This record gives sequence, C-alpha cells and structure tokens, in this order.
Amino acid sequence: MSVLAAERIKLFSTHSPWWCSGLAIVIVVGFTALLAGTSSAEAGPLPFDLIGSFVQLGLMIVLVMAAVSVTTEYRFSTIRTTFQAVPNRTLLLLAKATVVALVAAVVGLVAAFGAWGAAVLLAPTGSLALDSPDRWRALLGAGLVFAVAAVLAVAVGILLRQTGGAVALLLVWALLAENLVRLIPNVGEEIQRWMPFVNADHFLTVGVGDEVEAASSMPFGPWGSLAYFAAIAAGMLVAALVVANRRDA
Amino acid sequence: MIEAKGLTKRYGSTLAVDDLTFDIRPGTVTGFLGPNGSGKSTTMRMILGLDRPTAGEVLIGGKHYHELKHPLRTVGALLDAKWVHPNRSARAHLAWLAASNNLPVQRVDEMLDAVGLTAVARKRAGSFSLGMSQRLGIAGALLGDPQVLLFDEPVNGLDPEGILWIRQFMQRLAGEGRTVFVSSHMLSEMALTATELVVIGRGRLISHGATTQFVDGAGGASVQVRAPRLDLLTAALREAGLTVTDVATPPAVRVPGATTEQVGELAAAHGLVLHELSTVRGSLEEAFMEITKQDVEYAAVTR
Repeated sequence: MSVLAAERIKLFSTHSPWWCSGLAIVIVVGFTALLAGTSSAEAGPLPFDLIGSFVQLGLMIVLVMAAVSVTTEYRFSTIRTTFQAVPNRTLLLLAKATVVALVAAVVGLVAAFGAWGAAVLLAPTGSLALDSPDRWRALLGAGLVFAVAAVLAVAVGILLRQTGGAVALLLVWALLAENLVRLIPNVGEEIQRWMPFVNADHFLTVGVGDEVEAASSMPFGPWGSLAYFAAIAAGMLVAALVVANRRDA
Repeated sequence: MIEAKGLTKRYGSTLAVDDLTFDIRPGTVTGFLGPNGSGKSTTMRMILGLDRPTAGEVLIGGKHYHELKHPLRTVGALLDAKWVHPNRSARAHLAWLAASNNLPVQRVDEMLDAVGLTAVARKRAGSFSLGMSQRLGIAGALLGDPQVLLFDEPVNGLDPEGILWIRQFMQRLAGEGRTVFVSSHMLSEMALTATELVVIGRGRLISHGATTQFVDGAGGASVQVRAPRLDLLTAALREAGLTVTDVATPPAVRVPGATTEQVGELAAAHGLVLHELSTVRGSLEEAFMEITKQDVEYAAVTR
C-alpha cells in the first residue's frame, strides 16, 4: 500500500498527467459535442458509433500519458531514487502500472460517458439510447480498454526508457501499423485480426450500430477480444519486469 | 556497518571496480577517496542495489540492500542532487519518498526545516540552485532517520559556506553514532572531514586506514639527497632499514620518514660525499597524485 501511495503522489505532483488526462477528456467530449451540435436533423439520426471514434482518439493521449509517466523517471533519473526507496522493482513497477491504469480507467469512463451525454443533449435526433448490453459495454468498456492500454504503454516505457522512442512506437503501432498491415498480400487481413488495438476496438464497437452486422471475421467475440488485448499487455509487462530486474538502474 | 567483500563490477571489457574489500565502521566519517573515474560512484550504486555486482557482495548491517524492508530507515544516500523531477515541488519530492517507506508526513516538514528549505518547499525543484538541490538531497537522505549515510561528492560545485555546512553536518551525524561514508576526489577535503579513509584507484583498493596515517605516509616529509655515488649511498640507506625512492631529474634519491641528521651521519660513517641534503614537504594533493599515478584512468598524455 505504501508503494501505491508513493506512486500516486508522484503521478499527481507533476503537471503532465493532469494535462494529458484533461486533454483526453476535452478532446473526446468536445469533438463529439461539436459534431452533435452541428449535425442537422435531415442528415439522419446521429449514429452511436461516432462516440467510439472519438474515444479512440482519447485513447492515444492516454497511451502517451502512461508511457511518459515511466520515461520521465528515466529522463530525470528519479527511477534511481525510486529503486533506492523501493528495491523490489517488480513490486514498484506493478504499483506504478496499477496507479496509471486506474487513472486511465477513470479518464476512459469520464470521456465515454461525457461524450455520450454531450451527444444526447446536443444532437437534434440521434440513435443514442442505452438500450442494449452492447451499448453499455461500449461506454463502460472504455474504462477497461484505457486501463489495459495504459499497462501496455507503461511496459513499453520501461523497455525503451526514453519518451521519444516510446511515444513514437506506441502511436505508430496503434494508429498506422495495425491499419497498414492489412495491405500485405494474402495474409494481411488475417494478421490484422490478431492485432491488439484492433481487438480492443472490436470489444468497444461490435454490435453497437443500428444495422445488423455481417458475421464477424474476428477470432474472438467482444469479451474474448478484450481478454486477448489484456493478455498481450500482461505479456509485455512481464517482459518489462524481467528486463528492469536484470538491468542496472 | 558496511562490508564489501570482493566487490567487482565489469562493464563490457572495462573493470570499473576490481575486487574491493573494506569495512566501514559506525561513529566516524569514512572518506572514499579516488581520482575521477576510479569507481567510487559505481561502488556506491552497488551498495544501494542499483547496480548488480559482477562478483562479490556488499552488506549493510549484515544484509543485502534489497533485503531491507524500508531501506530509507536504514540507509540514507545522496548520490546525485539532480535525481529529482524538475517540475515537482521540494515538498512533493520528499512526500513520495516518505510515503514509499511508511514514514509520517511530519518528517517531511521536519527535514525541510532541518536543511533550511521550508520557505521554498512548494517551489519547483528544477528552479533550485546546486546548493539548494544538495540540501534537498540531504533532506531525502535523512528522512528515515537512517543509521547509515552515503554521500557521493557532496561538496562538488558548492561555495565555501556550503562546503563548511556539509562538512559540519557530516561530522555531527557521525558524532551521533551513525556510519557516514562520503566520497571525494580531493584529499584536502577528505583530510578535513574524514577520520578513516578508503582510497581506490582504477577500481582497486590502494589503502584503508586512519586518515592521519595515510596523510603522514603520503604527504609527510622526506629527505632529498644528491651525491656523486648515489648507488653506494642508496645501498647504505637501505642497509640501515630506510626506504629509498629514486628521483630522475636531477639525479637524487628521496628517503621518506628520515631526518637530515640521520642521512648525514650515515653518509659520514660510510665516507660518502653529499651535494645536497634537504627536507622536502610534498603537498597532500601531490602525494596523492604520486600514490595513485598508475591508477588514473584518463591521465593526460604528456610528450
């Protein structure tokens, strides 16, 4: 518990986590509000999936926040002071991942429900009722996806130790690599189905729209996809812990 | 309180610390002396479990650092005053340290007070001068009221007032019965601060004992003699049980720990002519350079 408390004080006593969390929420809620407020009734009801697209954007900012929470420690060598105070590196890094994941979960929930609320209030017509378990999952699930993504980003931060590299890798991976992989002839689409962020997106969006969807080609159902995403994040965290324990600080 | 046994650290092909064995006792300030790059910081990082020894081990009160439950309550250390997040306030920096080792929050304010940083407690640590950063680091080291304290080059870059403050501070800590281990590359500084000395060069132990002993041995007077028959004189001096070292230019010998009377009478007894008989006092720094000469890793090449 004392380690969790220390990591909590650490995270909240610098500006960047506040800025990143605030920015993530403002962007998700703000863009949804903007679109909902300017949409016209003639264009048809505002689709529910719209919220999901902006939640994805917020997720990218949370990835940056989580990675930076680790890389700044290496940047300013406070990781050494930290290992001095808590020599059990596994315990310490798990505590850090937990604190960052909790903050990310709160950001995800506030952003998702905030965006939904803004859409309900501002859209002239919309198909936004929370009338199916899928739609509840899309909003509540944002908390889970953000938390898991934060753990993954913390792991990348530990492995790479520098902000530029970690942030570039995470964003290029999540935004570009997982989409571009589809272009590989023959096997591209099959590979894409196994990509972690594609699975996270699948968990948040499947069954949310109004149309009846074509049979999914994904290897798992929504919860299976989340479990798969979480397993990848956990695997990366284990690798990061092994490396951190071996390395000189 | 701190025991190193065959402590060794190798980075690739460089041997940074080579088979160091020493014992640091409580109640005194022990200096850790060596030229820059001799392995002092690496040794300190190994004591704190930050770097893993290639061989050997170091124990604090009989335990490895990672076995200490709340290490800040046993060992306080200041290795680098800049290991602080520049955008975190001094108080927040100490607050997370305190929380990590289950120390009460009032310790934070007590320590800020003790090092005179109360007025700037809520200022960003990045805005601090080196002296203030150093004080913040010391506050962090003392947070858990530890029995063992490590300081790496604590007076580097400080003004004379700051140096005096740190020196008295360390002596006070040792006076309270704590183990104080402080590194420096300046013998003159160590001669004023430390009672015991561990001297290393290129990662190897050069000497381990009382400072006075090291200073006498290293910087004490010696007798310089020039004579046409240096070879005979050297033989006569060695026969009398004295240590003789050669000086290249001008051709002469030095006899540390001897008196001019002793050498003059010895020369007369052997019927030898002397051209010079004088007492030479080397400065401490010179003597230290002399002893660690072969052990300076980045010696300037003179041609």
